[in-house]
Amino acid sequence: MLPFKVDIWRWSVLIPALLLAMPVLVVFGSVFSPDIEVWRHLRQTVLADYIVNSLVLALGTGMGTLAIGTGAAWLVSQYQFVGRRVLQWLLLLPLAMPAYIIAYTYTGMLDFAGPVQSGLRAYFGWAYGDYWFPEIRSLGGAILMLSLVLYPYVYMLARSAFREQSASMLEASRTLGFSPRQHFWKVALPLARPALLTGVALAMMEAFADYGTVQYFGVATFTTGIFRTWFGMGSQEGAAQLAALLSSFVLVLLVLEQWSRRKIRYFFQGQRQQISALRPLTPGRQVLVALLCLLPVLFGFIIPAIQLASWALPNWLTLLTADFGRLIWNSFSLAALAAIVSVMLALLFGYASRLRRDPLVRLPVRLAALGYAIPGTVIAIGVMLPLAWLDRNIDLLAEQWFDIRTGLLLSGTLFALLLAYSVRFLAVSLHSVEAGLERIKPSMDNAARSLGASPLQVLRRVHVPLLRGSVLTALMLVFVDVLKELPATLILRPFNFNTLAVRTYELASDERLADAALPALAIVCVSIIPVILLSRTLDNSRGS
Amino acid sequence: MRIKPTLLIVSALASALFSAVSAMASEVNIYSARQEELIKPLLDDFTKDTGIKVNLITGKPDELISRLASEGRNSPADVLISTDVGRLYRAKTQGVLQSIESEKLNTAIPAELRDPAGQWYGLTMRARPIMYVPGKVSPQELSTYADLASPKWRGRICIRSSDNIYNQSMVAGLIAHEGVAAAEQWVKGLVANFARPPRGGDRDQISAAASGVCDIAIANTYYLGGMLADSEQRATAEKVKVFWPDQAGNGVHVNISGAGVAAYAPNKANAVRLLEYMVTEQAQQWYAEQNHEYPVVQGVQASELLQSFGDFKADQLNLDKLGELNGEAIRVMDRAGWR
Repeated sequence: MLPFKVDIWRWSVLIPALLLAMPVLVVFGSVFSPDIEVWRHLRQTVLADYIVNSLVLALGTGMGTLAIGTGAAWLVSQYQFVGRRVLQWLLLLPLAMPAYIIAYTYTGMLDFAGPVQSGLRAYFGWAYGDYWFPEIRSLGGAILMLSLVLYPYVYMLARSAFREQSASMLEASRTLGFSPRQHFWKVALPLARPALLTGVALAMMEAFADYGTVQYFGVATFTTGIFRTWFGMGSQEGAAQLAALLSSFVLVLLVLEQWSRRKIRYFFQGQRQQISALRPLTPGRQVLVALLCLLPVLFGFIIPAIQLASWALPNWLTLLTADFGRLIWNSFSLAALAAIVSVMLALLFGYASRLRRDPLVRLPVRLAALGYAIPGTVIAIGVMLPLAWLDRNIDLLAEQWFDIRTGLLLSGTLFALLLAYSVRFLAVSLHSVEAGLERIKPSMDNAARSLGASPLQVLRRVHVPLLRGSVLTALMLVFVDVLKELPATLILRPFNFNTLAVRTYELASDERLADAALPALAIVCVSIIPVILLSRTLDNSRGS
Repeated sequence: MRIKPTLLIVSALASALFSAVSAMASEVNIYSARQEELIKPLLDDFTKDTGIKVNLITGKPDELISRLASEGRNSPADVLISTDVGRLYRAKTQGVLQSIESEKLNTAIPAELRDPAGQWYGLTMRARPIMYVPGKVSPQELSTYADLASPKWRGRICIRSSDNIYNQSMVAGLIAHEGVAAAEQWVKGLVANFARPPRGGDRDQISAAASGVCDIAIANTYYLGGMLADSEQRATAEKVKVFWPDQAGNGVHVNISGAGVAAYAPNKANAVRLLEYMVTEQAQQWYAEQNHEYPVVQGVQASELLQSFGDFKADQLNLDKLGELNGEAIRVMDRAGWR
């Protein structure tokens, strides 16, 4: 290899990675000028709450998603039962439901004044204080809400992992005298561990970064604390110190995840072995298993969607204003564009990390992917500050040299928004792409080259077909995430540019949940399309 | 090649999205924390009357202020609209607003509802009274905010989280009148009287009171107004009544929604004209009524719904003070355990 080639990979990673890491670094930069007075106040009063609540929220969500996702994936991938084909994609639907919206709907239903408790009171003649009912707006409630919408991350990865375990594996464990249960706990689960952990790590990062749900539920976490300190107390430094502490938790999480995968590099065989046949069940058990798989879909999607529809129905005509089509188009095209950009970046970083295993490539990539756990607002402001600085200086130079004002070239446009999305969601696309790349053994490259293929041909004839599934998965996931994204969109969008999430927020923030139901439902409907495509991608990747 | 259609899609999307707002000879750009629906019709009327085109983005107030600050002299914004005075004060201290001189605004808006330096102006007013459940509480038992800290209200009060700016402003007002130590004492007493840990918004507190969780809720008038105007929530809202506290003393705590002219407003004259338009009688009537708020201009009638709450004496404290003491208020609430 020529020496300059090494540099090309390095620089082609270093520059975009640093650009993506910039917003996070800008925010952390103020850690070096700490606000000691505010920090002392936080430590004496609320910091312990923030730490405990954030950790419990993330761990709880991690366990919740692990249990639901793994359980559903195991049943769907191992057993033959009625409705299995439908359920295996229905189980992905909660992905389309933004966490803050599911939180609103369940509060509307389960609150003291809501239909469930009112019905119970009317039926049994109870009054307030006569009975105990779980409080939905609590830390436990937040864990439940987040688990219900985030478990598909685990489910998706677990399903593929379970499917890839070959039939010979099951036979081997049978001959060793393992019962099906023992096979699950001692063979299948440990083998799927890397995939499960990746899914759980994504879910936990989402939980750390969640603002909408915890704010609505009145749970004091790092994210609500960051807002309160930054804006309420006017201390950007104090807020940055909180953000840095939050990110250090995430960093630990990422290191653990990487560490857990250290030994399984290139574990998977390139050629597929015989996939184990689905195990038959008695009719009674089939129904039981089908109902079990239906539960997460029911609570994570069907019930909230029905509630939204019933809110939206009575006055949907008045809400369906002329610009509604425009809202849908804006949301859709923005999400599509962001998904393409994010996946292209992930491919670049993924290949660079594959080809150059040196810390100068890997570290910036890890840094750039940190944004997933940072609340959208913090990222938005981290994007805004440096871009506005650039704009100011370009403007000044242009005025001095050419006597023209360039104004806001970057920060007032969609460039800022796309940058923010890339920072926020790189982790999602990167995880998918890297998982795909890990399955292409270097020996396959070598084999293709020795058969006379040029590097480009290797790319086209070996990598593209093998990677297609992962790339599509990454595209769909980022698309859905961007569609649901609120804080960065709200602050960075150009004049007169609205999206569905923005409209939902405006109505919901004014506590007009019923009016917010229609745009919320539209977000869900637009997200269903990629979720279904995603499911088909997952199915196809099995056959190929 | 496979790549071509993707490229086409990307460029089509990009050109559709990046198409800039068409430049017009006469326009005014607004950063608004007030939601589009509650302001757009008024802006359309303004355009009809004056020929000045209005460009709008809405967002959360703090983020809009950050955006203004970072854009600096390149900012296209002419007017910042906020839904509370605390944020207007933040905008002022960050230097993103400018002082303006307007005889019309000064005569129309009472002095305590505008910035002494002319950087922000109140456009609508809302109060934060006590709402009680008749039958469980008689109005004779109620008197002042201060009284809500007394043990007789143990386990009977609903109020939202201290994250909310309206609570921060309320405590800031108390600090302005009584000092930090007294305010902290009061917050401790109030927290001890909570019927449940704070959660949800103002409407949630009202429905909690209506359904028996607590006997008293503290909430802004426009939330009650909004519930009364909503066919589904009316029955709930009718179960509570408004009590105006401190009528013999400082008066009931009030807040405003308001606006200021951006420091680097490229269309300053149009911006001033817009603010002046908003205090005309017809604009006030519409603007206030849309969100069930009180007009700030003397002589403009509040909506019938609001009049049904009765007349009240409002706190005369200049609202700038609330912004100034906001950080102190949060510290007090943190120390007193109001989460």
